[in-house]
Amino acid sequence: MCGIAGIIHRGKSSNVGQEMTSMLRSLKHRGPDSTGFAVYGANTPGDYVMRFVLAEQEDMSKGFDMKKIVEERLELVEERLAEHGAEVKHRESATDYAKRFIIHHTGDTELMARHIEDIEGVEILSMGNSLELIKDLGDADVVSDQYGLGAFEGTHGIGHTRMATESDVDIRSAHPYWAFPYNDVSVVHNGQITNYWIMRRQLERQGHRFMSHCDSELLAVYTANNLANGVTLEDSMRRSIGEIDGVFTYLVATKDQLGMAKDTMAAKPLVLYQSDDLIVMASEEVAIRSILPQEIDTTDPYDEEVFVWQA
Amino acid sequence: MASVTDQELKQMSQEERVTAFGMRTEQLTGRSLYIEFEEDEGSNFTYPWAPDVDFNKRVEIDADEFDTTGANNKIRELMEEGYGTIVIKNPRGKHSLGVGILSRLNLIIEGSTGYFGVGLIDGPNVRINGRVGWSCGENMMSGTVLIEKNAGSTFGAAIRGGDLVCRGSVGSRTGIDMKGGTIIVGGDTGALSGFMMQRGRMVVCGNAGKNLGDSMYDGTIYVGGEIQSLGVDAVPAELTQLDKDWLTRKLSQYDLMPETGVDHFTKVVAGKQLWNYDNLEPNEKKLIL
Repeated sequence: MCGIAGIIHRGKSSNVGQEMTSMLRSLKHRGPDSTGFAVYGANTPGDYVMRFVLAEQEDMSKGFDMKKIVEERLELVEERLAEHGAEVKHRESATDYAKRFIIHHTGDTELMARHIEDIEGVEILSMGNSLELIKDLGDADVVSDQYGLGAFEGTHGIGHTRMATESDVDIRSAHPYWAFPYNDVSVVHNGQITNYWIMRRQLERQGHRFMSHCDSELLAVYTANNLANGVTLEDSMRRSIGEIDGVFTYLVATKDQLGMAKDTMAAKPLVLYQSDDLIVMASEEVAIRSILPQEIDTTDPYDEEVFVWQA
Repeated sequence: MASVTDQELKQMSQEERVTAFGMRTEQLTGRSLYIEFEEDEGSNFTYPWAPDVDFNKRVEIDADEFDTTGANNKIRELMEEGYGTIVIKNPRGKHSLGVGILSRLNLIIEGSTGYFGVGLIDGPNVRINGRVGWSCGENMMSGTVLIEKNAGSTFGAAIRGGDLVCRGSVGSRTGIDMKGGTIIVGGDTGALSGFMMQRGRMVVCGNAGKNLGDSMYDGTIYVGGEIQSLGVDAVPAELTQLDKDWLTRKLSQYDLMPETGVDHFTKVVAGKQLWNYDNLEPNEKKLIL
């Protein structure tokens, strides 16, 4: 089933971390397997926030050597960053396997990211000037507490609670997906994509990488491919309605935009609240009410509708 | 056709009444089955266990103090105590509020509800002063539900009777599989509304999305605005005077009568070319067998 939510404050910052946690907590019944957040804070040109995992959560309990293996993988990551001329300005560890680095880098980030992901078990969850992408197994409170999301100030964010139906219960298959190699672009999706393999093969032939077997990852790669070809976010989302088969409602966030698209059948829900300075959306009204308890007017976007809002 | 009075309608045979209401037109073929109850008969359909409530006895409950099951149990408990008017405050998008109420009751929900609100009801009059989520009024059998704001998709799915009214706009697949009753939408409705509709009437004062009435077996849809496209086997039909009278009466009842009247409404019915309507087994053959 899965639940998705998004929020965008126009022209101001807010406690987006707490707002997203509250909304995804309300959507727990739509998917308790994993929870993920992509939140956008202050823009730091030249400095990248890189979030990456060195292993899956369940791998950590497999064998006595796992901790050592993870440490070795971290050393390799550091080596490859240095090799590409990246200066690590800050290091954080939310868990043994999930790291957050702030790096200064002026070279080719895609090349660097691909080199780092060549290390076995290492996956970059996100890279960007303002994006913080967090995802792990567990509900919204567990993940938010684990990664200290409660205090995060920012302009906008999207999030996802996952009920695994198409692929495994692991971090790799959790949402949001980073639109590799596009900095600051993330995607969450509720639905099922039925021409996944055809589209995936097409994109792989164009050199795009897939890290999971989750059909939702396709939307991130598809968006990255369109952006790389100079297509605007809005046009990419409009194009997706004709090119991607299945039932879907998905959200895309960039460093200053948030977009939503609904498939031709309008089979997956989304409730939308719009005012001059705040836009909130979620799979269910109960999530919106968790942060806006007062009486407000909400609507259901129709089939094939696409909206893109500016922060 | 000239206006027909209620008295005249009562004296007509069922066949005549169905034709008079414009439920069939000459361009249609095949079999149509309508079961209509006598108006007075409706009051006899009460459940033996239905509590005897007094509409003048009013009580308020705060949904913040309950989960959904708790709130619904509280409604039943209050009905057992004879409360006939129950006000629910702070629903805050809770799912399944007010489901399965099978007797007379005035239920007022002050705020918005989530999925499956007031589904499976048989008798109560419900007013919701907010928005409702997906599948509001699903499988309702009788009573009235009036929603002041918008509604989500599958509004009135499989409704069997009663009036389900939304003053605002509703999502997709409104009245999917509806088997009776009346759905009224003050604004627009989304794609595939009336999908596999089997009986009953749907009125949309605004626009309707694509594939309206797709694969409908029977029933009637009236649209006041634009229809993006008709679905498979949905066909326009003649809007008779009786249709106009009924629309006027029904829309006025809920204060949704357009200033321009109802002459511009488009009537949509089933073409009945699907499902082998004309190839049914003849009764004679059945008797022989």
